[in-house]
Amino acid sequence: MTKIGLEIHSQLTKLESKLFCSCKANYREFEPNTNICPICIGLPGSLPRLNQKAVEKATMIAMELNCSTPEKIAFFRKNYFYPDLPKNFQITQLNIYGDTSVGGKGIIMVGEKKIHITRIQLEEDPGRLLYEGSSEKNQITLVDYNRAGTPLVEIVTEPDFENPKEVREFLNILSNLLENLGVSDPSLEGAMRADANVSIEGGNKVEIKNIGSFHDLEKAVHFEITRQQSLHSRDIPIIQETRHWDDKRKITISSRSKEEDLDYRYFLEGDIPWVRIGNEVKEKLKAEMPESISSKKQRYVSKYNIPVQVADVLSADKFYSNLFEEAHTKENAKEVANIITTDLMGLVDTREKRESSKLTSSHLKDIVDSIQSGKIARNSAKNALYEIVKTGKKLSDIISELDLGNVSDESELSKIIESVISEEPQAVEQAKSNPQTINYLVGKVMQKTKGKADPKLTLDLLKNKIS
Amino acid sequence: MNLKISALQFTRDVKSGNISAEDFVAKTMERIQNVDDKLHAFLSLNDKAVDQAREIDKKIKSGEKIGQCFGMPISIKDNICIKDTRTTCASKMLENFIAPYDATVITKLKQQDAIFVGKVNLDEFAMGLSTEFSAYGPSKNPWNTDYVPGGSSGGSAVSVSAFECVASLGSDTGGSVRNPASFCSTVGYKPTYGLISRYGLISYANSIEQIGPLTRTVEDAAFMLNLIAGLDSNDDTTVNNNSEDYLKDINSGIEGKKIGIIKEMIGEGIDPAVLYATKDAISKLEGLGAICEEISLDMIKYSVAAYYIITATEAGSNLARYDNLRYGYDFSVEGYEFNSYIEKARKKFGPEVTRRMILGGFVPSAGHAGKYFLKALKVKSKLIRQINDAFKKFDLLIAPTVPILPFKIGEKINDPVSLFLIDINTVTANLTGKPAISIPYAISNGLPIGIQLIANSMDDKLLLQAAYALEKTVKLPEVPI
Ligand SMILES: [Zn+2]
Repeated sequence: MTKIGLEIHSQLTKLESKLFCSCKANYREFEPNTNICPICIGLPGSLPRLNQKAVEKATMIAMELNCSTPEKIAFFRKNYFYPDLPKNFQITQLNIYGDTSVGGKGIIMVGEKKIHITRIQLEEDPGRLLYEGSSEKNQITLVDYNRAGTPLVEIVTEPDFENPKEVREFLNILSNLLENLGVSDPSLEGAMRADANVSIEGGNKVEIKNIGSFHDLEKAVHFEITRQQSLHSRDIPIIQETRHWDDKRKITISSRSKEEDLDYRYFLEGDIPWVRIGNEVKEKLKAEMPESISSKKQRYVSKYNIPVQVADVLSADKFYSNLFEEAHTKENAKEVANIITTDLMGLVDTREKRESSKLTSSHLKDIVDSIQSGKIARNSAKNALYEIVKTGKKLSDIISELDLGNVSDESELSKIIESVISEEPQAVEQAKSNPQTINYLVGKVMQKTKGKADPKLTLDLLKNKIS
Repeated sequence: MNLKISALQFTRDVKSGNISAEDFVAKTMERIQNVDDKLHAFLSLNDKAVDQAREIDKKIKSGEKIGQCFGMPISIKDNICIKDTRTTCASKMLENFIAPYDATVITKLKQQDAIFVGKVNLDEFAMGLSTEFSAYGPSKNPWNTDYVPGGSSGGSAVSVSAFECVASLGSDTGGSVRNPASFCSTVGYKPTYGLISRYGLISYANSIEQIGPLTRTVEDAAFMLNLIAGLDSNDDTTVNNNSEDYLKDINSGIEGKKIGIIKEMIGEGIDPAVLYATKDAISKLEGLGAICEEISLDMIKYSVAAYYIITATEAGSNLARYDNLRYGYDFSVEGYEFNSYIEKARKKFGPEVTRRMILGGFVPSAGHAGKYFLKALKVKSKLIRQINDAFKKFDLLIAPTVPILPFKIGEKINDPVSLFLIDINTVTANLTGKPAISIPYAISNGLPIGIQLIANSMDDKLLLQAAYALEKTVKLPEVPI
C-alpha cells in the first residue's frame, strides 16, 4: 500500500506585517534587501515582537481544520546553520513538550475519506537564496532577506493519502479553505510550498523537500511513487532518505547533505512569552471567521434548493460564491447559481482571466432578471456574459449592439409562425390531434429566430393559429 | 570640582546652578584620560560628550524643559547598542559593528538628557566574572590594580568606583552586575526579570538576563530604575510596573520585615572575612528591627550546574548568527563555502566564548538533552518553587554577593571550573527571575566585600528600601585611586 504524508507551508499573505517586526508581509514587490529591519535580519540586540494578528489567523486555520487548540501556545528555536536564516535559528512551534502549537490533531474530509491533521504550527519564513552563474563551479549565491520573517503556517498531515489524486483533492480543498478564510492567496508565487513523505508496500519512507507549488506537489508525489515502484519491481531496496524536487526537470533527486541527521537542538524561545488563547478569544475569533465552505454549501441547498453538485462547486470558490452572494435574491438564486456554474466558469477559468474580468454582480443580476422577464433567451445569456467579461458594458447596451434581444413583436413573430405552418403541414396536423407535439413547431420557430423568439409568446400564437 | 558626588546630588547641583554640566563632564573626561590607562574601564569614548553637556547648559539657561539627568555622565556596557556607535561586546567578532539603532534604555536616558561618556569593558559577550576574557584586555580593580574588578560588567563597576562617570548600565546574566559591584564597592542592582527592556542588549542568555544600574548609592539605583523601567513594545517580555516611583518612601526602613539567611550561600568555601561581614550585616539589620532567620534552599547545590547548562544552550543559539556572512571578517568570494566560513569565523571567538559554544552545542543535543539540558530546566523550576515558598515566609533573603574576595588577575584564568563556582550566590536570582542588589559593605585587606539582598518578583521597591536601610549603617574608606 502507498502511504503519503504532507507538510504544507502556507504563507499568511493577507497579513499586513511580518511575524516579528513591522516590515511588509508582502515582500514580492521590493528590491532585494529593502524590506528588512534590525529584527528580521537578526541584528545583535534586536528582539522578536510577536504579531498577534498572525496568531489569530493561524488559530482560525486550526479551528477551520477541526484541530484542537490549546489554552496557551509557545514558540521554540530550531537551530541550524543556513545562509538564508538571519539568526541561524528559526522561530517555530513544537509539540514535543506538550501541545503548544496553534493547532493539534484535526480532521479534514476529502470526499468520504478522513485525512488526519497531525498539527499546525506558526513559524517564520527564511530569506531567499538566488543562484547566479552558468556552472556549479562559478556559481554565486545571493541572499535576499525581504522574505525573512514572513508568517508561515505549517500544516502537517498523517500519511493518510494513498495516491496522487487524493493529494490533489486535498490540496484543492485546503487552498479553497485558506482563501475562503481570507488568510492566504494560494495563487501567489511561493505562497504555498510543501514537503511530502512517500512509502510503498510498507517500505522505507522517502522525504521530498522543496516543492514550490501545489501543482508540483502532485507531480512530485506521482514521480516518487513511480520511482519507488520501479525499484521495487526490480528488487532494488528503497533507502530511507531525503530527496529534493527539481522543478526544472520535474524529478526528485537524492540530497547530498545529511539533512535527516541534523540535530535542531530545539528549546523554548525565551524572548516570546507564552500566549494565552482562552475560550473568550476563540469565541471572538469564531465570530470574526467568514462562513465556512461546508456551511455555505448547506445553506445553498436548503435555502435555495440549489442542486448539491452545483452548491458544491459554488461554495468552494470564494470568487464565485462572492458573486453569488451579491447577485442573488430568494427568487433568482437558482438561476444565478446556474449561470455561474454552467456559463461563467468556462469564461474565467484562470487567475489572469478572473483578474481582467469586468463582470460585476450587478451584471449577473441583470442577466438573470432579463432571462426571467423574457427579455433575452437563456441561450443568449452566454454570449452576453462573454461580452461583459471582456468589456464591462451594460447588459442593455450589449443586447442592442449584438441584437440579442428576444423577438417579441407580435406581427413579426406571426409572419415567422405562418411560414413555419406552411412549411410543416404534417406536423401541424399532428399537433391538432396531439397538443404535446406542438413543441416541435416551437423549436422550428426558434431555429428561424436563432433562439431569440419569446418562448411564451410563440406558444400562445401557435396555439391560436392552429386551433 | 568634586567628581565623587552621587547621581542625585549631581542633578541637584546642576539644577541649582552650583555646577555646570559642561564643567562636570569635561572634568570627568579629564579624569578618564588620567586614570583609565591604569584601569582600562573604557573601550571607546564619546568625543562629543562635552559639546552635548554644553547644549544642556544652554537649555537650562534658556529655561527650556530639561530631562531628569541634567547632563549626567553615564558609562554603558559595550553590549548595549547606542545608535551610530561601535558596540563590540568586547569581542573581535563585533570589532566593526556600528549599531544602527538605540537600545530602549538608551532612548529613555537620551530623553532624560543623560550623556554617555563611553562604552565600557566586559568579558567577551558577557561570559565571565573577572573581565579578563575581554578581547581588548582586562580591566583592573581600582582598589588594587593587581586584582580583577569582577565581571562581566567589570568596566561599569570600575568606571563608577573610580569616578570616571556618575553611574553605569551593565547587564546581569548570572551576577554580572552584582559581582563587579561587590568587587569594586559600588551598588549593583539586577531588577525583576522583565522590569527593564532588553531591546538593544546583545543577548547572551536571554531568558534570564537583565540590564541593571551600577551606582554609588542605593538611591541612585532607584533613580536610574525610575528612568528606564517599564513596558516596552519592543520587548515582549517586559512587565508593567504602573510607573512606580522607586525613590518615593525609600527611607521607609525595615522594621518588622522578615529576612531569610540563605544557608547554602554561607557554607563551604566562604572566605572568613566575607562570612564575618555577612554576620555583621545581619546583626545591623536586626538592630533596625528586622527579624532574621536561616533558611535552606537545597536546590542551590545544583544551581551553578543548571545555570551553565542553560546559559551555554542559549548562548550557542544567540551567538550562532556570527557566522562570517554578516559579521566578522572580509572574505574573498572565491572558494566560498558556508560551513567552512562559519568555522573560520568561530576561530575569532575567545577561549571562554568558545568553551561555552562547545558546551552549548552538546548539552541540548538529541542524545544528551535528557541528561543535561532538560535536567537543568528541572532544577530551575524546582528552585523557583523553593524560593517562592521561602517568600511566603520571608520578605527578603540575604547572602554575601560573592563568597570570596577579589582575586589576582591571572590567578584563576586557567581554572574555569573554580571560576564557575564563584557564581553560586548570584545565579539563583537570575534562574528565578527575582530582583537582587549588592551593597558595598566592608573592606578587608584593602579589598571590597558586598552584601546581597534578594526580594520576590516585583518587590523591587521593598528591596531598594531594605538596601537603603542597610547602606545607611555603612561607612567605608575612599577608593585609593
Ligand atoms: Zn523587519
